[in-house]
Formats: sequence, C-alpha cells, structure tokens
Amino acid sequence: MHETMVAKNLLDSIAAEAAKQRAKPIIARISCGTFNAVNDEVLKFAFDAIAKGTLCEGMKLQIEHKTIQGKCSSCGRQFDFDLTKPACRHCGCDKFDLLPDPPLLLEEIEFEGNPETE
Amino acid sequence: MGKKIQLGTKILSANEEYAQQNSKLLRKKGKYCLNMISSPGSGKTTILTRTITDLKGRLKIGVIEGDIQTQLDAERIRATEAPAVQINTNGSCHLSAAQVSSALAQLPLADIDLVIVENVGNLVCPSAFELGEDGKVVVLSVAEGDDKPAKYPAIFSKSKVLLINKIDLLPSGAVDFNIEKVKSDARRLNKDIQIFCASAKTGQGMEGWYDWLIKTVNKTG
Repeated sequence: MHETMVAKNLLDSIAAEAAKQRAKPIIARISCGTFNAVNDEVLKFAFDAIAKGTLCEGMKLQIEHKTIQGKCSSCGRQFDFDLTKPACRHCGCDKFDLLPDPPLLLEEIEFEGNPETE
Repeated sequence: MGKKIQLGTKILSANEEYAQQNSKLLRKKGKYCLNMISSPGSGKTTILTRTITDLKGRLKIGVIEGDIQTQLDAERIRATEAPAVQINTNGSCHLSAAQVSSALAQLPLADIDLVIVENVGNLVCPSAFELGEDGKVVVLSVAEGDDKPAKYPAIFSKSKVLLINKIDLLPSGAVDFNIEKVKSDARRLNKDIQIFCASAKTGQGMEGWYDWLIKTVNKTG
C-alpha cells in the first residue's frame, strides 16, 4: 500500500526532470533494497493510475531489487543474506554483520528520441 | 535514440526532509522520540497507557497517535492525563514525517521528556518512512505467531527494541509461540536489538522496558 506514496514521489521527481530536459520520459529505472518491500505490480499499477493525463502517461518502470548483503566475520566476504539459511555462503560461518539495506533510488530516466520542443 | 540521464536520487527524499526537520526540532528541545510499530491489535495503546501510568513522576510522556479513522486511541491516552495528538490518515497505511511535524507543533513539548509516536497498525509500510525519531520499537503479540521476524524482516532489522506482548496468554497453551525462536530470528536480523517479554495487561515483565526507557531518555536530556 505504501507504493502509492512511492509512486507519487517518483512521478514528481520524473516530472521535474522532464521539465528540465524538455522531453517526454519513456522509461524510469529504479532500484531498491530487500527491506523497502516494494511490490512491482502494485507500484506499476499505482504509477500508471496517477500518471494518466500527465507527460509521464504510458511510461515503463524497470525495478531492480538488490538483496541485502551479509559480511562474514570469519572470511570477510559478502554474500546474499537469507534468513532461512543464516550463514556465510562461502565458508558456512554463522557470525556475520548485515550491511545497510540499499535505499529506494531513481537511477535513470530515458527520454523520447525526438522531443516535441526541438 | 532517446537520451538517458543518470540520477541516483532518493525517491522518498521529500519525506526525509521533513524527518530531518523533526529530528532537528526534537534535538534542539532535548526530547527523545520513539516510533512504535506493529500489526493492528498487538496492544500498542495498552502498552502506552500502562507505561504512562506506571512511570508517572519519573518520565513525562507525550503521544502522537496514528490511525486511519477515529479519536479512540488519543482519548485512551488523555484518560491517563498525558497529552496526545491524534492524526487520522484517512486510508493511508502509515504516518508520514509531514504529518508528525504538524502533530509535534500541537504537543506541549516543554512539559514532555519523551514523545512516542504510535504508528498506524501495519508491520510493513511504516518501516519505510522515517519520521525523525531516535529509534523504532516493534511490538509483537504472541497471538500473531513466531514467524513474524522471518516474514516481515524490515521492521525487525530497523528497530532498537522488540517488545513481545501478551505473554500472559502463553501458560494456558492457547497459542503456539516459541519465544526463543523469535529472539534468535530477530537477533540474526539485528544483533543490537533489545528484547523485552511482557504483558501490558497484567504488568508482568514491564520493568525491563521501563528501565530501558528511563536510561535511554536520561542519556538524551
């Protein structure tokens, strides 16, 4: 449900960039960590709904999920953390630190080739 | 070929700006602030009313209540004579930092040591929105089951305190809840998390939570 708030903030950011670039945005790439709990379908649905009638109507969202990383206290290597198997993927040690969860980021916007303004 | 621009900007930065303002205001006034998060019905408001009453004369608590509808929770808090501001989100599943900002302006901060924000009952969404608090408290009642840290890891990984509530239900055997499993799952997600097992209804086990509160708030003041 918090995807509606994420979608609104996302739309505002993209609209601001589109105004600067004077071009129609077609694809936005976003990334988020495990603990942001963004559901792709819900976010896309919410975004489509509020983008209707704006310059962002019909845009595609590409969402990359980054798995939270553990850092092993024995071998020092990083691994994808999985609570059901809480141990280092490399050496099996169960002493590790969780690294910070990556934030929800607007990574990249792609615009239409022939802006109407040109 | 379309033009691409690289950004790497935080999508929730508008909320974060309000959160930073709240944090700055609270710090300036020397107030500690906790953001209490749980499923609906875990006993957050009962924990608050009992805590306020039992700590009378030791800690002055003000409360910001978040609910989709009604003034019910703020009324329960005011019955203890503590100040409370109710926010109705009208459908939204979490509080935002902007809402907390206007609520803080309505609280008599000069008469308060600790502000507790009781978030909308929901284990998922509130964990994604910082409010400017010093720490989060996650409440889990034993009737909800011992698989919650595994199913909702975000809030357990981000909280300073896990308060396991309604432990008075355990001896009857009416609910299956393995406290040790919950503790170990929560500590795997967050090795610094403080865990208290209590019943806000009977008062059992509340002292550990009270000691932590007093110690933590006094460090700030």
